[in-house]
Amino acid sequence: MTNELILVSGIGAILSGIPAAVLPARFRIGQALSALVLVFANAVGGYAVFQRLIQGPQAAVTFPSPIAGARLIVDMDGLSAFFLVPVLLVTAAASVFGLEYWKSSEHPQSFRRVPLFFGIMSGAMTLLVVAQDGLLFLAAWETMAVSALILVAAEDHIAETRRAAWLYIAASHFATLCAFGVFTILRSMTGSWEFGVIENAHGPLAAIMAALAFFGFGTKAGIMPMHVWLPSAHSQAPSHVSAIMSGVMIKMGIYGIVRVSTFFPDIPLAWGGIVLGLGTVSAILGVAFAIGQHDIKRLLAYHSVENIGIIVMGLGLALIGRATHQPAWIVLGIGGGMLHVWNHALFKSLLFLGAGSVIHTMGTRNMEVMGGLAKRMPWTANCFLIGAVAICGLPPLNGFVSEILIYTGLFRVLQDTPQGPVQAAALAAPGLAVVGALAAACFIKVVGVVFLGAPRSDRAATAHEAGRAMVGPMLVLVLCCVAIGLLPAACVPLLDTMVTSWTVGADGIPSVGTEFYLTPITIMAGLLIALCLAGCLALRWRGIADAPRGLTWDCGYAAPSPRMQYTSSSFAEMLVKLFRWALQPVVHAPSIRELFPQRARFESHVNDTVLEKAVMPAVRGGLWLVRWGRYFQNGSLQAYLLYILAIIVFLFLWQ
Amino acid sequence: MFSSLSLHTIIHVAVALLFPPLLLGVINRVKAVFGGRRGQPLLQAYYDLWKLMHKDSVISQTTTWVFLFGPVVSLATGILVALIIPLGHASAPLAFAGDVILAVYLLGLGRFFTMGAALDTGSAFEGMGSAREATFACLAEPVLFIGLLVLAKLTGSFSMIDVLGDGVAEAWSGATVALLLVLVSWFVVLLVENSRIPFDDPNTHLELTMIHEVMVLDHSGPALGMILYGASLKLFVFAALLVRLTGLAATGNPLADWGIFLTGTIVVACLVGVVESAMARFRLPTIPAALVGAGVVAFFGFLLVMIEL
Repeated sequence: MTNELILVSGIGAILSGIPAAVLPARFRIGQALSALVLVFANAVGGYAVFQRLIQGPQAAVTFPSPIAGARLIVDMDGLSAFFLVPVLLVTAAASVFGLEYWKSSEHPQSFRRVPLFFGIMSGAMTLLVVAQDGLLFLAAWETMAVSALILVAAEDHIAETRRAAWLYIAASHFATLCAFGVFTILRSMTGSWEFGVIENAHGPLAAIMAALAFFGFGTKAGIMPMHVWLPSAHSQAPSHVSAIMSGVMIKMGIYGIVRVSTFFPDIPLAWGGIVLGLGTVSAILGVAFAIGQHDIKRLLAYHSVENIGIIVMGLGLALIGRATHQPAWIVLGIGGGMLHVWNHALFKSLLFLGAGSVIHTMGTRNMEVMGGLAKRMPWTANCFLIGAVAICGLPPLNGFVSEILIYTGLFRVLQDTPQGPVQAAALAAPGLAVVGALAAACFIKVVGVVFLGAPRSDRAATAHEAGRAMVGPMLVLVLCCVAIGLLPAACVPLLDTMVTSWTVGADGIPSVGTEFYLTPITIMAGLLIALCLAGCLALRWRGIADAPRGLTWDCGYAAPSPRMQYTSSSFAEMLVKLFRWALQPVVHAPSIRELFPQRARFESHVNDTVLEKAVMPAVRGGLWLVRWGRYFQNGSLQAYLLYILAIIVFLFLWQ
Repeated sequence: MFSSLSLHTIIHVAVALLFPPLLLGVINRVKAVFGGRRGQPLLQAYYDLWKLMHKDSVISQTTTWVFLFGPVVSLATGILVALIIPLGHASAPLAFAGDVILAVYLLGLGRFFTMGAALDTGSAFEGMGSAREATFACLAEPVLFIGLLVLAKLTGSFSMIDVLGDGVAEAWSGATVALLLVLVSWFVVLLVENSRIPFDDPNTHLELTMIHEVMVLDHSGPALGMILYGASLKLFVFAALLVRLTGLAATGNPLADWGIFLTGTIVVACLVGVVESAMARFRLPTIPAALVGAGVVAFFGFLLVMIEL
């Protein structure tokens, strides 16, 4: 029954946007009904995942496919079940958030299409992860990608949004093209579109397939050199859409890589090394780019690049484990990496929703004009702070659990191999330490500049708290972050099912819970919270609540102004300088030549170096190379139909 | 996870909670001797703590709860780390496999909220301090980690009680140079993490030049007391790491081990005092270079271990 249920859930989600699209706008009943249907559909899906966990594997549901000789297969295996959890939870939470965030009165031009395509995208992702054949996978993949395009372009009257949408769809189509390549090779090797281990997967064709999967799906996931679309698309989309894009959609790229890696009976060591290396680069440079941003959503987007890097590091370690037949590395690597998929889905969508709540009242994404919002919007501020602690991988929250699993795996590499180049993999551990410290620096900057201190503008001084429909979903996500942080052992059954499904047919794969004993984390988290509570009580007992209030000590200066505070740029300045070889910051600094300098301006930006210095020149060069092809690309539909006809006739003759 | 409530556990908790403020007194005394002064009493930090706990406080009107939560978290994490690492005996009350990573991340959590409390005041100086703290932490943390990797490789474990346990003493005969390099780099980390000269000057008169002290300008009374106590715990933790790393406190005789350990931490404090008396503060832009240098030193240690074994 579970497979039928998940199918119902996915189709229900796809149809959920119809009420919002057709019902009259006046009463907002359409939007509410849409959110309700989506939440209900996802609840059905959640029940299906739960049943799958209890009942074990079920018979697959198959349909005849429109392409002769193939069938569409829906089957929820361990891997699907694992990825379904964030898809169902985060899309439901974000759709409720959207009720208040994207009101019909505030967005008359897009309030119909946003819920419509939000539902389609959610359902497409549900179907994507349960598809067990290339055709259904590609159909769901493309539905997801195109509906995401329409959601990114929700405010298409803004030129910057249109540019972001174009960049997104270009990158997305590169990913789709690679996915087509992957499944074509699958079909040529096995004679069918169905997923499964390819027994004869050796030689250059297998390597091409793996590379296409890694770079194609990696583009969707936002691994470092291919991340160029991500910052602008995430920042231009509506915040609840950014939440599901960053929280769930880019994980579909990870899902693609993980799924394709199950096709290969054995993995060469080099693949694991490349994946681990690119993951580390992605994590370090992602967070370095994040530090230089002033736009809160662009900053969060770069953190997605970082966290995808951490996930890919875990995956790389697991691949190295498969290449060298080390069960412990496999379990810790894939377990930690995939748990980070959950965790990142939870805290990153929480942070995007929090940012949305701030943007909703501030009307801007620029952090430099914010400040002191914690006093005016305490719920949002506290939820955001918890999300920030979680994303930095700090105890006692969920980010720490997945990172400690990956760390342990990397330490195990050193201990289990007596000698050899494999040991170099352990160097990813200090890399992860750098990432953790940089992420902490970046997020204390965001929390400090946006929520703490004094307001830097009138708008910030008169900001107001978000309503229940916006705070509620954030609280749900906070609860999940805390729950995984305090009781990580509760995730072990689903993690184990996922590991079993990923290591098809391998024997001697231990449970995540036995490779890393998780109970101490619960105890330490409890002790930490108890000690902090005791400290707070001690301060209360010493009468801190009635302490007199005074001015902030500014070296004796009696009239400190909010403009004197450290800004986001000044906080980041030293770190940006350390990474200037990669970030290439653009600085407009005044040069002072006279004795009595006039009014001056200082500006600094960190643009995407990869996009500006590598991708755009390459695209321009590529366009120059194929300029003769423009003759055929003349924009006339009749001509395009003629080309198709000519190719089909050619294929017939060639056969 | 929890070792049975043995005598060692009781001594461990007592030492971890009561001993740390003494180290601050030792550093001050050494600096006083170098300066030709008589200096404060050795127990001055205890008097200060007692005094601060009984004082009233003034709180900036800009602040929120984060301002008071900072000191609480830095103290709580300091205590937990002191209970994770081994002291005079190769055991610890809260040891478990993987606690190496937890210890580093707990210190990170304390730092996170200390920086948050500083930014909460809206003061330019405190923002400056937290920006510097954040930057230097990014460079110091990997150095600590590379050292831990070396030890994990040598001892075959990633629990603090093994990594810094009796196995280190045996490892010294095989990997002397590597461990020496780690020792040097960790001493640099100790100086940075505890805001000591040449990286930071806790006693300077200019707020503009400080790192850690400038972050806590607005705290007063019991909250400042918690910060002071937390700072002494952090110093103690790093001193303990260094002493355990030497492997000297593993003679087999429990009494001698505790004696060597406590003397060792005092020696580390004396060394800090000597460095503070003999060196000037680095210019701010040279600090990252010095830290990267320490990282390279630790990395050489890592390479040596990879090749030797």
